[in-house]
Amino acid sequence: MLIRIPAGGDCHESEVTPEPIYRSRRRFIQGAALAGAAVGVPLLARAAEQYPGVPASPAPPWFVGKLGDARWRAVVAQGEAITPYADATQYNNFYEFGPNKGDPARYAAELKVEPWTVLVDGEVEKPGRYSLEDLFIEGQLEERIYRLRCVEAWSMVIPWLGFPLADLVQMVRPLSAAKFARFETAYRPDEMRGTRSSFALIDWPYVEGLRMDEAMHPLSLLAVGMYGRVLPNQNGAPLRLVIPWKYGFKSIKSIVRISFVREQPRTTWRSMAPEEYGFYANVNPQVSHPRWSQARERRLPGSLFSPNVRDTLLFNGYADQVADLYASMDLTKDY
Amino acid sequence: MRYPWWRLCVFLCAASVPVYWLYLAWTLALGPDPGKVLVDNLGQGALVLLLLTLAMTPLQRVTGWGGWLAVRRQLGLWCFSYALLHLASYLFFLLGAEFSCLPEELSERPYILVGMLGLLGLTVLAATSSRWSMRRLGKRWKTLHQLIYVIVIVVLLHMLWVVRADAGRWALYAGVAAILLALRFPAAASALERVRTRKNKVRNKTEING
Repeated sequence: MLIRIPAGGDCHESEVTPEPIYRSRRRFIQGAALAGAAVGVPLLARAAEQYPGVPASPAPPWFVGKLGDARWRAVVAQGEAITPYADATQYNNFYEFGPNKGDPARYAAELKVEPWTVLVDGEVEKPGRYSLEDLFIEGQLEERIYRLRCVEAWSMVIPWLGFPLADLVQMVRPLSAAKFARFETAYRPDEMRGTRSSFALIDWPYVEGLRMDEAMHPLSLLAVGMYGRVLPNQNGAPLRLVIPWKYGFKSIKSIVRISFVREQPRTTWRSMAPEEYGFYANVNPQVSHPRWSQARERRLPGSLFSPNVRDTLLFNGYADQVADLYASMDLTKDY
Repeated sequence: MRYPWWRLCVFLCAASVPVYWLYLAWTLALGPDPGKVLVDNLGQGALVLLLLTLAMTPLQRVTGWGGWLAVRRQLGLWCFSYALLHLASYLFFLLGAEFSCLPEELSERPYILVGMLGLLGLTVLAATSSRWSMRRLGKRWKTLHQLIYVIVIVVLLHMLWVVRADAGRWALYAGVAAILLALRFPAAASALERVRTRKNKVRNKTEING
């Protein structure tokens, strides 16, 4: 009998891309190239080439234009493998579309994301209703590969496309009275079937918030795409927040309103269960969720006999960049 | 043994479901977090089997068919098996076989403790389910096995603790459990009997008329 002991870095056979899929990538690239040529922007093909196997999708012209001079891999996650696109788009929490992980992928197509406007209000010099094009008219699209740690103790690694949140904040010029940014998700019962459930425990619309210094932090991202394309609806199209050092529920999806406010906003999960979900919700292996430990996480995809459990890092591994924000705070109290 | 085919049919159904789930997990059809899905499925499966076990006596009362009682013990034992597999898959797939975490999990997370209490109760019932135990315990056997009414409430509490955003599924199980428990009250039980005798009367009448 031949006993083969694989070296640490070896790929398992289960990780090898099946041949038909491997062979079909050219067809994919060709298809994407044709689609790109059809709208007159061959650059879309270049984006598709980076993520073979990611289905191309129609994108608004302003996005296609920005994709041309996007800064690819502006931030990378050293030593981390990117989560397969299929897993990142079929395993989601987006309770507006239902309580199960598969519900968002199944039902989010019912949400109309075009046209889309964002209401900016509160303590701000330039309030108003902005289209996405207006919000990012000057911005350069950046690709950032971030770890995503869900409060439920699973994690992924996702290549986002977006703009620094700080740029938007600077553009709309909050007044000095503004201490927090409050974000709100669309609430459209006709298009979001989860909000029609009479057993839903959530008080819609979903609300999240950041302290102003958190909002201005260079890691804070407003994402409009992922895997070289626009955001799929289940991942928070057309505009979502990505705060990589906080639990995933802080990264609010499908944003329709950004308000600059004096008081700490009443955020959704915190108001439902304050002992379980704090306002800060910084990833912290030392502070357990009352119902499970946060010391470890399951990096997805896992398989049955290698659940891929690993240690969770303080601030999700971004401690050297964000720990200063919380220097004077007791993280076990302000969790 | 009465109703051998019916018993075999119930056995095969109950046995094939977890095998099917395992097959789905094997073929990666359960998604990127198959362990979590298995834990959830086995837990809910155990609860459904518990409710089915509780439904056998009322069904027998209404229909008069003895086959319901013939599979009651089997269903109870399946419920126990699913619950055991639920715990085992939690230990292996969610804790990653780090058994050293278990004492901490038990002491800090009351919903796991409550689940363990439910499983402990099911273990006692499974261990005393044989004819030998029935004979030995005599009258006390029935009292002991009324523990099932407490277990169903404990198990529902365990699930309610886990529900995060939508209690729809839980409300369905709790509703069914409430009906099944209500049917245990003597008044309800005799009402069920009356349903059957009335049905028989109607049948007899039509037979006479026909």
